Order: sequence, then structure tokens, then C-alpha cells
Amino acid sequence: MFVELNNLLNTTPDRAEQGKLTLLCDAKTDGSFLVHHFLSFYLKANCKVCFVALFQSFSHYNIVGQKLGVNLTVARERGQLVFLEGLKSAVDVFFQTQEEPHPLQFLREANAGNLKPLFEFVREALKPVDGGEARWTYPVLLVDDLSVLLSLGMGAVAVLDFIHYCRATVCWELKGNMVILVHDSGDVEDEENDILLNGVSHQSHLILRAEGLATGFCRDVHGQLRILWRRPSQPTAQRDQSLTYQYKIQDKSVSFFAKGMSPAVL
Amino acid sequence: MAAVATCGSASPGSAVATASKSNVTSFQRRGPRASGTNDSGPRLVSIAGTRPSVRNGQLLVSTGLPALDQLLGGGLAIGTVLLIEEDKYNIYSPLLFKCFLAEGIVNGHTLLVASAKEDPANILQELPAPLLDDNSKKEFDEDVYNHKTPESNIKMKIAWRYQLLPKMEQIGPVSSRFGHYYDASKRIPQELIEASNWHGFFLPEKISSTLKVEPWSLTPGYIKLLQFIQNIIYEEGFDGSNPQKKQRNVLRIGIQNLGSPLWGDDICCAENGSNSHSLTKFLYVLRGLLRTSLSACIITMPTHLIQNKAIIARVTNLSDIVIGLESFIGSERETNPLYKDYHGLIHIRQIPRLNNLICDESDVKDLAFKLKRKLFTIEWVQDNYLRQERNIYPPGFSYLLKQKDSAWGEGSLQHSTFLMSFLAKATAFASRLVRHSEPLKQTGSGRIHQAAGPRLWHDGRRQEAPGLLGIPL
Repeated sequence: MFVELNNLLNTTPDRAEQGKLTLLCDAKTDGSFLVHHFLSFYLKANCKVCFVALFQSFSHYNIVGQKLGVNLTVARERGQLVFLEGLKSAVDVFFQTQEEPHPLQFLREANAGNLKPLFEFVREALKPVDGGEARWTYPVLLVDDLSVLLSLGMGAVAVLDFIHYCRATVCWELKGNMVILVHDSGDVEDEENDILLNGVSHQSHLILRAEGLATGFCRDVHGQLRILWRRPSQPTAQRDQSLTYQYKIQDKSVSFFAKGMSPAVL
Repeated sequence: MAAVATCGSASPGSAVATASKSNVTSFQRRGPRASGTNDSGPRLVSIAGTRPSVRNGQLLVSTGLPALDQLLGGGLAIGTVLLIEEDKYNIYSPLLFKCFLAEGIVNGHTLLVASAKEDPANILQELPAPLLDDNSKKEFDEDVYNHKTPESNIKMKIAWRYQLLPKMEQIGPVSSRFGHYYDASKRIPQELIEASNWHGFFLPEKISSTLKVEPWSLTPGYIKLLQFIQNIIYEEGFDGSNPQKKQRNVLRIGIQNLGSPLWGDDICCAENGSNSHSLTKFLYVLRGLLRTSLSACIITMPTHLIQNKAIIARVTNLSDIVIGLESFIGSERETNPLYKDYHGLIHIRQIPRLNNLICDESDVKDLAFKLKRKLFTIEWVQDNYLRQERNIYPPGFSYLLKQKDSAWGEGSLQHSTFLMSFLAKATAFASRLVRHSEPLKQTGSGRIHQAAGPRLWHDGRRQEAPGLLGIPL
């Protein structure tokens, strides 16, 4: 959890809003630091987190999480974190036939199916346990990242359906939050990715867009972060508020500053 | 060499975790293990040819080119994929491929070579010979020495800004076991090949006409290759499934020309092929296999043939390290005086952030390679300025400068006037050869033909400086 980013977003783990869909988007740079931020943020907020990690292995998130102050192994054992490790599961699905439907069942199919097994997995993971005392505040679904599903053969519409189902369940029914990372392909014409990105940004309440600098690589400023607050359910609301900051990623934190005000320049 | 724990990531004191199969992840934190735990003997072993990264304790292997290792932050991390985008005529990428394999043989790693074009046994015969004896080391040392001494002693006069910038270091062959130099003109000795443990996958042999596989949306060649790799990893215990294995070793996988039509994939031929997800699925499952085993993989891919640019972007996202080679053969850069010593450019397109928020991006971005005196070296292009700084004066002028009490010495009026006029002409001359953003519009019908100059101010707003290397296509 980056304290500076919390200040910019005006939230703390104690009083975060519920029922929101946050879209993380990166263009020409790596936006995975935002995923680590939200993962540690929601774990500290005592939420039940379902993390669909398709991009890196569990130990990667664990080691970075320890730098940010959360222990994923402990959280997983306590039941606070349900972790779907995409890379490992893909190997399991690919080489061994599974009896019951596996969340990544679509890897075995020739035609682009749908993501129903994956949705069932998410719903199963986040459904409130009856009978027990309410240990966790609200459920959170974290997906890193959605563009991998396109590379694995799913169509953009199927992925959008999955997001819609998840949003209906997690955000509306269970009053939880969703955080999704989508890569922006930029000038490369990846139509499916553009459809996906436009579709999800239309539904999201908060968009964090990490962009590389237009002038290229810089050692002191790693990129630019654009924050956009949206109110998708109220079309006649006031104008969407947008802020832009530049950032530099350090070993355990990220420092944000206004454009052109990097400490290296001043 | 520091020892690194290589097996078992179960947290001590949790009985639940040991119920699952042994989690060997290849990303281990470097740190002392508490002795006397009841874990199944995570001995502190060190594997030949590997070393832990200084940044995050990641286990690294050498790519076979010490200059490339330095650019990648120490080497190739175990469990990752190194993707090389082949140059247009496939001349230099096989060399990097073979250096990687040769490094494996020299260090005693197990090799897995997959190709659809050449028999792996032939590929292994053509590996470059390592420079291990002292004679060649001395010869190389002299070469490095000659390069280094002149520049470091002389203060720059004209290109003085470049003195402040970092110089790329030429690393001489160190006597440690990490990273060796290879002689591209000699073959590796036969006994080294025979002493090594290698597996070959030659597609025409493995694929049969009757294929009893499920109709997945992966070309049969890829399916066979994945099964082969998984088989080797499982049988030889690279994934930690056989804890009785006496000596841990690293598996180096090399896949040549992945994505070319010889593999049965049509992304190089058609824009919207029938199997456009085949390659990306393959890469995903391959990375899953690598992350759970002690292996590293190099893939060369003819991305210049892929019609659909979106696929290249997806492939880049799914790989860990991506390096692009661009050779100057047949391009207009061959005659550019800036590049006269080099054979091509090397672009480091992506470096992964593993177990970390930051990655080891190198500060130098304009890198060029050359195959000089049997050695493949990578240098920073701006180093050419450092070498040619002494040559920027015309020969007659430097004679005048050398005279004692010469009226043309530094700071004199003649010197400055000469420099101004000379440099003005030189810039105009050189800028004919360098590509700028767009040609200057000709106004009027006059004869005066203004050459396109380096444009820094346009319409009152600053346009991004095009840079000497031109806008990449």
C-alpha cells in the first residue's frame, strides 16, 4: 500500500467505498505496481480477497507484498485470500485431464468458449460463509491481468460477459469491490483489446492509467499516472474529475509529484 | 560464490502446506535458512554456472554473452523466457542462440534444443568454442586495453558533454565460472559435446501423420513440444519432484524460429489465421512450466514476418525479456558513418520486474553490436563520439594546434571563428545523412534549396528532438 497514492485517491483502508469497480490501465509501461498497491490495501482493510493472478507466480506477489507489509501466505492460510495462480493451473489443466470443471477449462477447448467456470470459481470463493461470524468486511475481486485472457483465445465479448457477471455478483449483490488490470495496446491495433478496454472503462468508477512518458525513458520519472473518477450510474452527474501525477518507483514505495516537479529536476 | 537455497518454499511450521506437492518455485529469496528445520532437507547447494542477483536474490544464469548479461542486470533469471526477435536475414540471432547453448555445455547444464529446421545434433556441432586458455585471454586483454587507454586520459574538447555520461565497460574475461567468451570462428571441441547431457527435439521426427491428440487450438507441433519439455522436466527432476536427486542442475531450453511456418503455424503467412492464439497459448503454458522448475529458456522468433502487429504485442507481454536485433545489412544505415564499425542495433524491448517493484533497466539505450575479431560485442553507439572526438578537426588544423604558442590555440579568436564555420558546415554535411522528422517545406519558387536541418522548434512549440538514430519504424 503506497501511502502517497492513498492520499491522492483520498482513501484509507478503514473508510474505503464499497461497490466500486476500479480499472487499472497501463500504456507503454508496466502498471503492476498498482496491482500490488491494491492487493496490500485490501488485505490491510480486512477484506476477503479473491485474486485471479494470471500473469505472475504466487511467490512474486508474496515477495513484493512482504515489502509492502502484507504476508500472502499467512493470508491464504487464514482464508482471507483465495489465490488462483494462472501459470500453475494452466500447466495442470494442459497436461492432466481434470474431472470437475477447472476455472481455466477454456485452455483445452479449441473454440473460444465462455468463462463460466472461472466465474463459478470467483463466486464460490467470495460467497459469504453462513454461520460463521463476519470476519471480513467485504469481498474484493482482483484480476491481473485481463489481456492475458485475450491472448489465451477468449473473445473480447466473452471476457466482457465475465466482467459483467462478476460485477453483478461482487459489486451489486455482495457490495464488494473489483480491481481489474487491462493493458492498453496503444498504437498497435489490437481491436479485441480496444473493445475490452472501452467496455470496462465505461463501467468503472475509478480509472488509474499509468503511462510512459511521451519523450521516452527517464531515470528519475518512471511514468505518469492519470486518475479519473467517474459516475457511470448517473449520467447527469457533475463532470468527471481527473488528476495527473508523475511518479517514480522505488524499492518499497512509489513517490508521486506534480508534472515537472520531480525532485531530480528541481 | 554465495550458496543459494534451491528447494522447497514451504513456510516452516505449517503442516498444511506440506500436504500439497512440493512447491519448488524458481524464485527464491537469498537468505540464511534456519538449520535444524524438519523440512525435507533444503540443503544449501550451489549449482555450477549460476549466481544470485544482487538486487533480489534471484538465481541467474549467464546468457553466454557477458555484455548482454550486464545489460540484463546480471544474467537471465531462472524460470524466465528470453525472446529474441530475429534480424531480417537471420544471421546474428543464431549466434546468440548458440552462445546460450554453449554456455550451458561449458557449465555442465542439461540442454534441450528444439528446432523445426535443423537437426539439434547439427546445431550442437556448430556451437562456438569457449575462450578458456590463457593465450586467447591475453589477446583479448590487449584489445580491451587499446580501446580503453586513449579516451580515459584525454579531456573532451568538443563533445565534452559526453564525458559526463556513463561509459559502457568492456568486461575482460573474468576467471569466475559465470559467463564465458566464445570464439565464433571455431567449433566447440567434440569431447565437450559428448560429455554433456542434451535432448533434442526435431519436429519432422516427432510429428506423425496420425495424431491422436484432442483438437485443442494449438498446432500439433507446439503440443508435442510442450509434452516433450514437460516430460524431460518431470523425469530428470528439474521441478523438484524427485528429492533424491544427488546434484541439482539447470535445464537450458532453446527453441529456434518459433512461430515460423515450419512449426505449422500460419501467423507469419496470414493476417488473421485460423490458429492465431496458438503461439500465445504456447508461451503461456511454457512460462508456467518454467516458473515451477529450474530452467531457463531462449526463443528466437521471426517477428518481422508476423503480419498481425497485435500478436507481436501480445507475445512481448507474455515473455519476460525481449531483445530485438536489427542488422544493418541492406538498410540505408549501412552507409551511415555513425555506424561504420557496427553490424547492427540491439534493442532491449522489455525487462521483467521479478519479485520487485523496479527492474534493472540500463541507462544506455542506443546499443549496437558488432562481430569483430570473432567476438560478439555490444556497445553504446555514442561511444563513437568518444573515439572520433579526436578526429573531428580536419588534419591540417590539428597540425596548427600542435604548434607551440600557436595563434590557433584554444581561446583565440582564430580558433573560435574557425570552429564556428567548420562546425556549421560539418553539421549541414552530416545532416544530409541523418534522418529528420520531415523535410522542410519549400516556400516560393526560388532556387535556394534548404536542407532539412535538425528541427527543435516548430510552430513555437518544442517538437521532440528526432535524435540521430531517426524515428524507429
